[in-house]
Amino acid sequence: MNVYTPILVLGILAFGFAVFSIVIASFTGPKRYNRAKYAAYECGIEPTPQPMGGGRFPVKFYLTAMMFIIFDIELVFLYPWAVSADALGAFGLIAIFLFLINLCLPYAFEWRRGGLEWD
Amino acid sequence: MSGSSFGFFGTDPWWMVILKAVAIFGMLVVLTLFTIWWERRVVSRMQNRIGPNRVGPAGLLQSLMDGFKLAFKEEIIPKSAHVAVYWIAPVISATAAFLAFAVIPFGPTVSIFGVETPLQLTDFPVSVLYVLAIASVGVYGLVLAGWSSGSTYPLLGGLRSTAQVISYEIAMGLSFVAVFLFAGSMSTSEIIAKQQPIWFAVILLPSFLIYVTSMVGETNRAPFDLPEAEGELVGGFHTEYSSLKFAMFFLAEYINMVTVSALAATLFLGGWLAPWPISLWDSANVGWWPILWWLLKVQLFIFMFIWLRATLPRLRYDQFMKFGWKILIPASLAWIFIVATARVFRDDFAFSNQQLLIAGAVVIAVLLIGSWLLQIRSDRKQAAIESEREQELLVPFDAMAGGHPVPPMPGQVLAYTPRRVLAAQSVAAQVIPPALDSTPTEETPNA
Repeated sequence: MNVYTPILVLGILAFGFAVFSIVIASFTGPKRYNRAKYAAYECGIEPTPQPMGGGRFPVKFYLTAMMFIIFDIELVFLYPWAVSADALGAFGLIAIFLFLINLCLPYAFEWRRGGLEWD
Repeated sequence: MSGSSFGFFGTDPWWMVILKAVAIFGMLVVLTLFTIWWERRVVSRMQNRIGPNRVGPAGLLQSLMDGFKLAFKEEIIPKSAHVAVYWIAPVISATAAFLAFAVIPFGPTVSIFGVETPLQLTDFPVSVLYVLAIASVGVYGLVLAGWSSGSTYPLLGGLRSTAQVISYEIAMGLSFVAVFLFAGSMSTSEIIAKQQPIWFAVILLPSFLIYVTSMVGETNRAPFDLPEAEGELVGGFHTEYSSLKFAMFFLAEYINMVTVSALAATLFLGGWLAPWPISLWDSANVGWWPILWWLLKVQLFIFMFIWLRATLPRLRYDQFMKFGWKILIPASLAWIFIVATARVFRDDFAFSNQQLLIAGAVVIAVLLIGSWLLQIRSDRKQAAIESEREQELLVPFDAMAGGHPVPPMPGQVLAYTPRRVLAAQSVAAQVIPPALDSTPTEETPNA
């Protein structure tokens, strides 16, 4: 049996359990209609109308996501090096050092320009 | 290495795979129920309360009963929700939480119904990477839940948790690199095998500390539970969820807690290997005993989670992000580089461990002196700024600086002005041309 097949088995089990629970809950629970109950929750006041497409939110979240992509790619490159670092030796260390410097430059730039400040 | 088998893995008969999958599934559900009860009991004791003790022995069945109660609660889907996404989000969360456990090892090879098999569902050369990937899939559950609710608080909570989880995932991923360096593999079973003489938590202490910090951020637990900060966001991404859909998020949160604890035990505390005094016993690491050591280590981390929740107040969001991006990530990068350099010096240039330790001590001394010098410099700069501010405060306070009424800064006093004088001033201000208005400190002495 393939090494990845057990993941599928566990996945089917978990997915089935989650879907089953949610479906069963819609039959077991009561249903009493009340207009206020189905409005968006906002501590009791009339909910703020949401513009089409979900409205606007701070651009900081996008910036964080972009920084994440850069660093995630860094991780993807660091892992294979870490696993075979012994075979690569000093050459691998220098190569990864140059790569890290390359990556730390935009990081330092971002830090300096205040891209990592939340406010 | 072919994809069909990896050491012992991939050779199990089909019924064994199903048996193990069902066992892991059941164990996770039971562990979740237990952890919820355990958390409530421990937090209660820490707050001088008793906690749930009515349902079952010592209240053990409390969380099971809570689950049943939730099943009989009304399911509310808000009118503004995007129904399909709203429905699938808890399913994604729960499924991803269960899936990460497929590669966690519980023990060595044992014999089940005459078949030799490792106590682990599966393993492959990149299994830790797989755990990271599944953790990223789990983020979809949070952000989709927040977005599809069509409400303000869940949207903000969902965004916050996404930003938080992806920020701390980097620090988490970086803390693994040193482990891979020493283990020479990304497979969980091989990482455990490489910890036979000494645990990685001992030789890679900074990595361990960074991992433990980021795993709390990764699972959205106190003091990093900003996505569901009650005082700010009501309930965060699951504000609009009710009934068993809410229970799915709860289940996912607790399974994630168990998963990151199990991963910490696997990568840093030797997984199922017996701790020191017990490891002197010959049969400590064979048969079924290792499950007990594994469970003890996982419970240790879970207790730490609970202890943190009972002890620490919640961080402010900007402080939290700053901590992740400006401390954890540079620290782990520096640590990786130190470890890699030391290893190359030892293996390629035949330095002894003693020489490396001395070199490390020198480097640490230089860094400490450097940071001390930097601190002195920044202190001096701070003092200069303070004295400048004091100088500014000596100038009499002008309540109408810039043409708008402003409150006094700390240290400034609002001078009492009778109304008649104020009225005369405002007449005078209208007479003054606007060009002079922008330099208010000059007109104060005239007033």
